Amino acid sequence: VNRIKRVFVANRGEIALRIVTACQELGLETVVGTSEADRDGLAARRADRAVCIGPAPAGESYLRDDLVVQAALGTECDAIHPGYGFLSESPKLAARAEENGLIFIGPPPEVIELSGDKLRARDEAARAGVPILPGKEIAPGDDARQAADEIGYPVLVKAAGGGGGRGIKLAKDGDELDSLLSLARSEAGAAFGDERLYLERFVANARHLEVQIAADEHGAVVHLGERDCSVQRRYQKVIEEAPAPNLDPGTRNALTAEAVAFATAIVYRNLGTVEFVLDADTAEYFFLEINCRIQVEHPVTEAVTGRDLVKLQIHIADGHPLGFSQNDVTFDGHAIECRLNAEDVARGFMPSPGTLSLFSVPDLRQLRVDTHLCAGATIPPYYDSLMAKLVAHAEGREATIDVLLEALEELDVEGVETNRALLISVLAHEDFRRGAVSTVWLERAIV
Amino acid sequence: VALSDEDIREILRIIDESALTELQIDTEGFSLHVRKGGGDAEASGRPRVREASQRDAVRHPPVGAEGSASPPAPGAHSDGLATITAPMLGTFYRAEAPGKPPFVEVGAGVEPDTIVCIIEVMKMMNSVTAGVSGTIAEVVPENAELVEYGQVLFRVEPA
Repeated sequence: VNRIKRVFVANRGEIALRIVTACQELGLETVVGTSEADRDGLAARRADRAVCIGPAPAGESYLRDDLVVQAALGTECDAIHPGYGFLSESPKLAARAEENGLIFIGPPPEVIELSGDKLRARDEAARAGVPILPGKEIAPGDDARQAADEIGYPVLVKAAGGGGGRGIKLAKDGDELDSLLSLARSEAGAAFGDERLYLERFVANARHLEVQIAADEHGAVVHLGERDCSVQRRYQKVIEEAPAPNLDPGTRNALTAEAVAFATAIVYRNLGTVEFVLDADTAEYFFLEINCRIQVEHPVTEAVTGRDLVKLQIHIADGHPLGFSQNDVTFDGHAIECRLNAEDVARGFMPSPGTLSLFSVPDLRQLRVDTHLCAGATIPPYYDSLMAKLVAHAEGREATIDVLLEALEELDVEGVETNRALLISVLAHEDFRRGAVSTVWLERAIV
Repeated sequence: VALSDEDIREILRIIDESALTELQIDTEGFSLHVRKGGGDAEASGRPRVREASQRDAVRHPPVGAEGSASPPAPGAHSDGLATITAPMLGTFYRAEAPGKPPFVEVGAGVEPDTIVCIIEVMKMMNSVTAGVSGTIAEVVPENAELVEYGQVLFRVEPA
């Protein structure tokens, strides 16, 4: 019996449209909760209904769990899909939804809370036998220098309430550590409402690898392979791919097994991503964090596994068993995603909002485009600058790169600045074409 | 529903003032298709992806006859009536409690600080004041209905 019949989409942009499409293909009705800036957006137009939940600033609309639940109840939805960003990892929204008889499409509140507390997640990973980086919480008054000496420099200062690349600073020596700790603490308090900090070893030649997991409400946990998201700028992903290039099968098997073990240990539910850092010099890997939302880069996993992850989230949230086992998960070909952003690379990657006088993505056989934009659409200044995700899926990695290059070269876009040229120079770069790059490569080799 | 010339002009005015470039309305025995700017949107380069196909453009007309793209502020409109709009999304209540008389009825005089309704968000009751002086000409939503941010709640004959 399906309990979910009408889904409230608490997000915007391409992911709101992605969720609406998945729901429609499942025969479910959709209501999109938009801010005033997005009420004419494609997601709102494609949904069965759209309701304006508040003014344009996210703090008065997309980040208001009370308005989201009220709107979902008032439109007689039975489930809420939070997408990514905004309230997707808010235990408050999950709890409020539950209290009001709504199904939250994601893990239960206590799991979201654990995932959001990066220090607790580290402890839980260690307890489950998953390797973690040497690190230590630094409370006010603690001897940070002594802890850092034990870990070694340079050292990362991380906010316990951060994650997703936010709230991270690098200290190259003790003096720098001393000078940035108090600022880091107040920033963490302001940004995450949690002043706790911890130190963690910095891996110089690092790759960012993550494992997609899926867990149903009946105890089954599987993985859907890994993704390599090492092409980053300021800890933000730019290009992602599956499978990870040049990864030896032993490490791949170990990573995926650790991810499943960890998810099982913390009684994880629904889709999640276990992130690891791989030391490219030593081939050691360490747990970083677990993310309990659909990831921006989920389409590369969809491409190589042939499974629709958003539909799977809804299926699991509705209480159904996964319906497949680990042995049923097979992998086909190579997939790479690049994020086309409205930003001015020459001016420090400043967001470049505006109206698109022209926007046309070529129709290539091996290309999937997830976008909420078309010619005439406006990119408002209030939110992130993601315009489109271009996802190529082909037999080999070289061929996949070539599809993306063709797509980017033929793309027509006018009205805003974009990072297209940057994406092209990454994809065409011999370091990238050769295989794995490290997380600092983009900023050293290109920017 | 028969549309008068006046209605058509009103629809065109709303489209003109909004960010929409195209509008399609299909009801029983009536179909309206309007495109602004004269350019062919297909030729001017819509992405040839499923998510953005021409066929799907603007199925929903703007919510409410006042034009949803404009900011929700009380103001005079072409019919000479001012509006009181919802300052937040929530459940619209005309009275303090069930069984109590409504804050205002059609014909009631209001001042800017007169409480005209309550909007409930997660058990929090928020009083809404008129913001204008005049006489209530119409109560737009039904009692206990969900109202959106910016939705027209009342029309007011200005004093």
